[in-house]
Amino acid sequence: MNAPTRPNDYAAFPDARGRFGDYGGQYVPETLMPLVHDLTAAWNAAKADPAFQAELSGFLTHYVGRPSPLYFAERLTQHYGGAKIYLKREELNHTGSHKINNCMGQILLARRMGKTRIIAETGAGQHGVASATVCARFGLPCIVYMGAVDVERQKPNVFRMNLLGAKVEAVTSGSATLKDAMNEALRDWVTNVHDTYYMIGTAAGMHPYPEMVRDFQAVIGRETREQILEVEGRLPDAVVACVGGGSNAIGIFHPFLNDDGVKLIGVEAAGDGMDTDRHAAAINGGRPGVLHGNMTYLLQDREGQITEAHSISAGLDYPGIGPEHSWLHDVGRATYLTATDAESLEAFMLLSKLEGILPAIESAHALARIGDVARDVGKDGIVVLNLSGRGDKDVNTVAAHLGRTI
Amino acid sequence: MTKARIDARFAALKAEGRAAFVSYVMAGDPDPATAAKILKGLPAAGADVIEVGFPFSDPMAEGPPIQRAAQRALAKGMTLAGTLAAIAAFREDDQDTPIILMGYTNPLVTWGYEAFARDAAAAGVDGLIVVDLPPEEADELADALDANQLSLIRLATPTTDDKRLPVVIRRTSGFVYYVSVAGVTGVKEADADAVAPHVARVRKASGLPVAVGFGIKTPERAGAIAKVADAVVVGSALVDEVAEAVNLNEDVTGRVLSKVASLAKAVRLARRIPA
Repeated sequence: MNAPTRPNDYAAFPDARGRFGDYGGQYVPETLMPLVHDLTAAWNAAKADPAFQAELSGFLTHYVGRPSPLYFAERLTQHYGGAKIYLKREELNHTGSHKINNCMGQILLARRMGKTRIIAETGAGQHGVASATVCARFGLPCIVYMGAVDVERQKPNVFRMNLLGAKVEAVTSGSATLKDAMNEALRDWVTNVHDTYYMIGTAAGMHPYPEMVRDFQAVIGRETREQILEVEGRLPDAVVACVGGGSNAIGIFHPFLNDDGVKLIGVEAAGDGMDTDRHAAAINGGRPGVLHGNMTYLLQDREGQITEAHSISAGLDYPGIGPEHSWLHDVGRATYLTATDAESLEAFMLLSKLEGILPAIESAHALARIGDVARDVGKDGIVVLNLSGRGDKDVNTVAAHLGRTI
Repeated sequence: MTKARIDARFAALKAEGRAAFVSYVMAGDPDPATAAKILKGLPAAGADVIEVGFPFSDPMAEGPPIQRAAQRALAKGMTLAGTLAAIAAFREDDQDTPIILMGYTNPLVTWGYEAFARDAAAAGVDGLIVVDLPPEEADELADALDANQLSLIRLATPTTDDKRLPVVIRRTSGFVYYVSVAGVTGVKEADADAVAPHVARVRKASGLPVAVGFGIKTPERAGAIAKVADAVVVGSALVDEVAEAVNLNEDVTGRVLSKVASLAKAVRLARRIPA
């Protein structure tokens, strides 16, 4: 691979081949290539169509509940004694996370393409719930592939999807987690090529998904930018977000990419710790390879077999990461830290007690590093954390780790 | 050898007026020693061309039979290096049967395309099918294969329309693999009448033999496809025999090779409809 160079304009990526530097691309079976090209053309047309953007904007306002607040976390700030900490409250969206931003965009695109059947993959179930929600709203059948292991550990979300009319298919192949759910969704798509729309939940997979999902999630960063300028009169010193596939992170990062003064910090899941092999940190513990349609950092063995990710958070429990993050890491525009299960649990409880907000265990990974970032930036600084989801779904997991039964 | 071996085999079969029977086996399935015996026995059982799958943890275009075969092989420690070693051992006795490797991109990326092409040619491989490497992403690998006289064999599918076909067959050699159904391996069944016009279309556009696979399980079906295609590929039905034999604690090699023999016989008996 060539030595990466920093671009003059980050917004110009991906290129026409769906590449962010060496990363991204379209590594899919030939049967899917015509579908992927059709999707790219449909997305390019929709993105440039003011009517599509107006329709999306209307649903984001009246159905999702945007804009989400940018909240000054006064007690968390006092606790760490560093920079002012703001929370971008994506957990207040309809369905409780940022996932709905992307699903709303993609369901409108699927309708525009005349597709009549929606498939999705899910890990924690947040994307599954958001997919089931928009399918219910538009009266389309929804099949959600979910690893059998995740079905077991995220039962409330499975029931929620069922209530919304979606069919949840428990995937038992491979390691029976998110990566296998994605394999199974791709197998469905390759089989049902005429009527089916594949609603990928993160900014990964084959082009155009990394770009499209990013653009639907970039509403988070655009709002944050306006809101912080309004309350503070300047841009933040750092923006922090957790990273699994990386859609909430790229959503808040993207509108700041060309602002050199804004540090961008992603936090990967370190599971039991980076000195063990039980983690989910693709950038910090993996190397580039090809999986699920894109070239990106992956957890893999010496032979190029994909290895299992491990994290307390089902939403971060994925051996890859979106290709734009891989590129931002290589060119040095973003920094990727890690947080362990234990650190994230501690952060979960801290935010609950100090601010009265139960964060998703995914978002708690970002919270686990916010103290370090706030202290590094210093007292006159401003940092923004993307609170990507709410933690109600995680109370059973947290209780189990505390040795409590509820 | 290499490309020449594929071309020679198809030319000879054309002279005989029949289609090739292509057997797919997974390297290292159910274990490396048994897989080596199966591989060695395939030509005598009637395989004209052999496809050797190299296992990958996340085979997104495979149905359950080949997914499980890959899991069995990986559990027994099979690697891409082990796959090449098995082919090199096969080549000690057989210099004529073309061997096509079939699998996914990531193990090749890990090895490095140039080094892999060199090592595969040295082991006696003739061509490569990479399921998740469409023409848009394949130039770098194609360069490495060309430099080593290896064929890059492409898949054409029911979604490959006339506009797409020239893209698919660019830089392909040896033969073109027509995927007879939209779907994963070993689930839907191929229909000879539906497949025939597509085979003719791909053959005309590429000037290459066309193999048909992805939905052929029985001798009857293999015979029917053999009438309209230049080669018939059977994979899932063979790896299912491995699974069955393991489950029933039977002789795996014997069971697989007798299935190969019955399929090969059906292909040999089918009279080709002249193209």
